[in-house]
Amino acid sequence: MSVASNSTHVALRGPARGTGTAMIAAALLLVAVAAPFVLYPVFLMKVLCFALFACAFNLLIGFAGLLSFGHAAFFGSAAYIAAHTVKVWNWAPEFGLIAATAVAGLMGLVFGLIAIRRQGIYFAMITLALSQMVFFLALQLPFTHGEDGIQGVPRGTLFGLFDLNQPLTMYYAVLAIFVGGFALIWRTVHSPFGQVLKAIRENEPRAVSLGYRTDRYKLVAFVLSASLAGLAGGTKALVFQLASLTDVTWQMSGEVVLMTLLGGMGTLFGPVVGAGLVVTLESYLASTSLPVPVVIGCIFVVCVLVFRRGIVGELLARLPKRGR
Amino acid sequence: MNAAPNDDIILEARNLTKEFKGFVAVKEVNLQVRRGTIHALIGPNGAGKSTVFNLLTKFLTPTRGQILYKGRDITRTKPADIALMGLVRSFQISAVFPHLSVLENVRVALQRPLGTSFHFWKSESSLYDLHHRALELIEAVNLSPWANHLAAELPYGRKRALEIATTLALDPEVMLLDEPLAGMGHEDIEGTADLIKRVAADRTVLMVEHNLSVVAHLSDTITVLRRGEILAEGPYEVVSKNPQVMEAYMGTGHA
Repeated sequence: MSVASNSTHVALRGPARGTGTAMIAAALLLVAVAAPFVLYPVFLMKVLCFALFACAFNLLIGFAGLLSFGHAAFFGSAAYIAAHTVKVWNWAPEFGLIAATAVAGLMGLVFGLIAIRRQGIYFAMITLALSQMVFFLALQLPFTHGEDGIQGVPRGTLFGLFDLNQPLTMYYAVLAIFVGGFALIWRTVHSPFGQVLKAIRENEPRAVSLGYRTDRYKLVAFVLSASLAGLAGGTKALVFQLASLTDVTWQMSGEVVLMTLLGGMGTLFGPVVGAGLVVTLESYLASTSLPVPVVIGCIFVVCVLVFRRGIVGELLARLPKRGR
Repeated sequence: MNAAPNDDIILEARNLTKEFKGFVAVKEVNLQVRRGTIHALIGPNGAGKSTVFNLLTKFLTPTRGQILYKGRDITRTKPADIALMGLVRSFQISAVFPHLSVLENVRVALQRPLGTSFHFWKSESSLYDLHHRALELIEAVNLSPWANHLAAELPYGRKRALEIATTLALDPEVMLLDEPLAGMGHEDIEGTADLIKRVAADRTVLMVEHNLSVVAHLSDTITVLRRGEILAEGPYEVVSKNPQVMEAYMGTGHA
């Protein structure tokens, strides 16, 4: 039975697509491993953190069709949790990150339970409102230190083995976290769950009529996305040894939307490219006299007008037709 | 209708009423669908066909009245849950998943019984065992050459066929088809009508249609709605000779 269906599968799809993606991924991984010898590691780590954040966000909008406008709440809160547990409670970095991810996941569960029954703009507005509440809490709660944030977070030693104060060690740890998070997203998209999620994105009433309680699937996707956004935020706190209000602002929620749209919503590599582009522009424009938001805004407008599918989405669409 | 014994009725609506802010879209509709038949619900625009249909499939909640499926009250059951009970609907605007392949469209309907639909850590290849059954269903609606195409690329008539294959994947006891022949060319109408007849051989079909003539040779029972109320009911020969029905359709030239 399984032999027969495997051969059916090969006949139907051909193995080319999977191998192609794997080869691209392997090539990118090689580049990422070599990159810190050419580029500034802190810059690369920033790119990786935002790339993971954008990938987590993309899991929701690109594969479940849910536009969250409050993802900074998960990203920023997780940063506070990681910073606080590591600095004040002296937790090892791995436990700090686990705590950060778990708290973000729990917040995702709460946000999701409240917002998931609403569609489109209402969903976006509810997530925005909830994240503004989180921003207010971050401003007022004593442990976040308001405007100062939590500074001087020690990076510590990962698993008691790897000294994260070494820039290269820290970089490879961040790279491993990113690859792990990305792999989880890749697996989710290509899982039985991912199939149902795509069906819901494509046509929710039809998915309901096929017997799927769509709210539950969307909630699981929301929690996954929030947890991974939290992992990204916690990692960023360790990299910069800082958790601040910037990461919980609504502007941060907007930035991740921008990254995802620029790179290509609903493509796996798009958010990585988008995050890389935005972080690079911000870093290099910061040293010039150009107003950064204006330049990025212009690029965004041009991108939306010229290639609506985003950079990666447009590239894929121009490749010889192979579905997606 | 009166003579039918009760266990012969698979789906029943009792005094079904739906009001939208004071406007009565459906008024006191009593409908009995007999097991194993093709039952058509027809009526001119605004007759309330789609509302009745959405009420029966739970996509709308009735203001008053009751819906019984196999004797069980499903008036408050959630739409996803009636699908699990064997009551599966289609949609007026073709209900496919456009950016999934034809095969994936059918497979999504097949995969739920595996119980792995929440398993985000499992590989998609765990679904490949379903391909055999999916391809059979695709073959049954003559879509085999398109199995690997995106549903969005199919012409309209074939999308409807795919929708039927997807519905059949759940092996429903009752299929509820919302205007399955609407917007089709003549060649497609004949093929799809044949298909409906074929799949109805061992199940019950309730379909909404706009035109009396289209369902004439397809249905065992026809219920004609007008302004939210039942105007006439019976086989085509009876309904088509009803003076009120003829009047309702006068000028449209369909009866």
